[in-house]
Amino acid sequence: MRHIISILLENESGALSRVSGLFSARAYNIESLTVAPTEDPSMSRMTLVTSGSAEIIEQITKQLNKLIDVVKLNDLNVSCVQHIEREMMLIKLKAPVSSRDEIMRLSDIFRGNIIDVNDETYTVELTGTTEKLNAFIASFECDSILETVRSGVMGIARGSSSLHV
Amino acid sequence: MELSGAEIIAQFLDDEGVEYLFGYPGGVVLHIYDALFRADKVKHILVRHEQAATHAADGYSRSTGKTGVALVTSGPGMTNAVTGIATAYLDSIPLVVLTGQVPTGVIGSDAFQEVDSVGISRPCVKHNFLVKDINDLAETLTKAFYVASTGRPGPVVVDIPKDVTDPSIKIPYSYQSSIEMRSYNPVTKGHPFQIKKALELMLQAKKPVFYTGGGVVLGNASETLRTLVKTLNFPITSTLMGLGAYPSSDEQFLGMLGMHGTYEANMAMHDTDVLIAVGARFDDRVTGHLEHFCPTAKIIHIDIDPSSISKTVKVDIPIVGDVDDVLTSLLELLKDSDNKTLLENDATTMKDWWKQIKQWRKKNCLRYNKKTKSIKPQYVIEKLNEVTGDDAYITSDVGQHQMFAAQYYKFEEPRHWINSGGLGTMGFGLPAAMGVQLAHLDKTVACVTGEGSIQMNIQELATCMQYQLPIKIINLNNRYLGMVRQWQEFFYEGRYAMSYMDSIPDFVKLAESYGHVGMKVEKTSDVEDALKEAFAMKDKLVFIDFITNREENVYPMIAAGKGHHEMELAPDSELV
Repeated sequence: MRHIISILLENESGALSRVSGLFSARAYNIESLTVAPTEDPSMSRMTLVTSGSAEIIEQITKQLNKLIDVVKLNDLNVSCVQHIEREMMLIKLKAPVSSRDEIMRLSDIFRGNIIDVNDETYTVELTGTTEKLNAFIASFECDSILETVRSGVMGIARGSSSLHV
Repeated sequence: MELSGAEIIAQFLDDEGVEYLFGYPGGVVLHIYDALFRADKVKHILVRHEQAATHAADGYSRSTGKTGVALVTSGPGMTNAVTGIATAYLDSIPLVVLTGQVPTGVIGSDAFQEVDSVGISRPCVKHNFLVKDINDLAETLTKAFYVASTGRPGPVVVDIPKDVTDPSIKIPYSYQSSIEMRSYNPVTKGHPFQIKKALELMLQAKKPVFYTGGGVVLGNASETLRTLVKTLNFPITSTLMGLGAYPSSDEQFLGMLGMHGTYEANMAMHDTDVLIAVGARFDDRVTGHLEHFCPTAKIIHIDIDPSSISKTVKVDIPIVGDVDDVLTSLLELLKDSDNKTLLENDATTMKDWWKQIKQWRKKNCLRYNKKTKSIKPQYVIEKLNEVTGDDAYITSDVGQHQMFAAQYYKFEEPRHWINSGGLGTMGFGLPAAMGVQLAHLDKTVACVTGEGSIQMNIQELATCMQYQLPIKIINLNNRYLGMVRQWQEFFYEGRYAMSYMDSIPDFVKLAESYGHVGMKVEKTSDVEDALKEAFAMKDKLVFIDFITNREENVYPMIAAGKGHHEMELAPDSELV
């Protein structure tokens, strides 16, 4: 099963490689990983998407907790937690005159923004779940897509519970 | 007090109470060596290869319980130390390894003797640090010792660039013995509810068995374990790493379990209904094939490391906590009157279980043919045990001799059996013995090894000469890489690819060239006298080269993919 794990990490050099190294050393999957500093500059927040059986996910969280640089973590896919997840994508599309209307229409339907335009291309910014971004990509012919950049998934728990020190 | 980075290191090690520093100098650690030389407080032991520095610090730690400390230079110094660091990591040994690094300004430029020490060591340390600023140095050292020695112990590398130790830059220093870390708070107290549940299960058991590991030794829980096992009258088996935590001579002790464990220990594991795992980690050499592992047992697992629990074997009652603390709580609970009654009622069912165990014991699975002309390695170990008594420290290398030592030497006390269990590092025995001997100058220290393993760190005979370490080297010389040959005999139709040791040196002359005593023993009838003679030389290193039976195999044995109940005993022809 797919799990989103939120991690508060010491903002130290090498902390990221400890996490990614753990995953490669123990042959765990990483679907996506995103990390940036928090409002407290001494800490980074990482969101990691992985998959595996319940036993493997249990080992993953235990092994992550064992890393000295991990301050706290939270599995957003446990039964007692409801969560929201978002991913952002920038996608550069071929935009010949004949398809510009269609790109704008699709962008509207998916609540995207066209953020860069020139004679040949449109670049669309889109935020949503992974499935939504996939659906947007699927609505274009492969050869009309020049480039996609995805942020990886970010997640946060619903309600008043929060991951902080 | 204003000190340079190098002086801070020397002063800190002294403040921390570090007795020995095992190391080897080089370019980027010269400031540190100069400061150590001038301070002249911590005793520095000059090894002949950096791997030996980490093994010696490791042996020191295993035999004392204190943190072992090593100092090596950057680049090759650091990479040479990695095997020793990984050895300590796999066996959870507290080490602090100081590695020199090129100056901060040239890090990343492929400077002379530069490697990414933090990157290289990352997968085999509990934690590591790169000190980029002299102002962080003292605090980092405090953290390193704290992390290494608490929770589940392990090695910590502190990488120190040369400019951080510059003698011309001085800052105020004061020693800080402990530190709070928001991201590191190891659990020590076991959960009372879990402990209660565990005891209930234990008291209902009809065929219980304790399975104890290195965690009992590391957690200094030997005394408490003994009291608990005696109170319950349960049988107990130990992993390779746990030997000595419970006295081998006690009748409740079934011997070691696992691949080369005893018949009674492995059969008890297979038949048990309640398995109490204490400070053990269900290693594959212990469990055999997981599908056949303890098929009818409920499992209680006490361990300080949550990630050890249910890692390979699903556990019914996990207890995360310090082993000694949890065992003490169990003993306290046993004093309750209800539990006392239960324990008395239990005595009858336990009688049947012990009867069964006695049946298994009758197999006498460690029998071997003593009437051979060539020397049996098992016989050497038995005689070694007789000659050294219970108070000796035995280190070993890795291979058949290691298994023979584990099977035939009866360890009575914890921290007296020093070997590389997890990583299985050949070349560990001699340098580890140096650390042990330095920690216990007046005690008997023997290194059980083979002609393969000993040559992996043979250069340390020079270190032993320099510091006059009277280690006794018991070389079981069968002219084969014995364990490799055994597997080739069993599983590769006897094709002995590269397991034959050709061109073996004359170990007697070799020992003598280092100023030690060398002895060669070729007849069974000479074994005992030779050992007595060697151990009588209290102030000499004696290298005894025992020419042993070439194709001796280690039995009993569970082949890969088999369960505990499918173990093979030595063929009848072997048993007389």
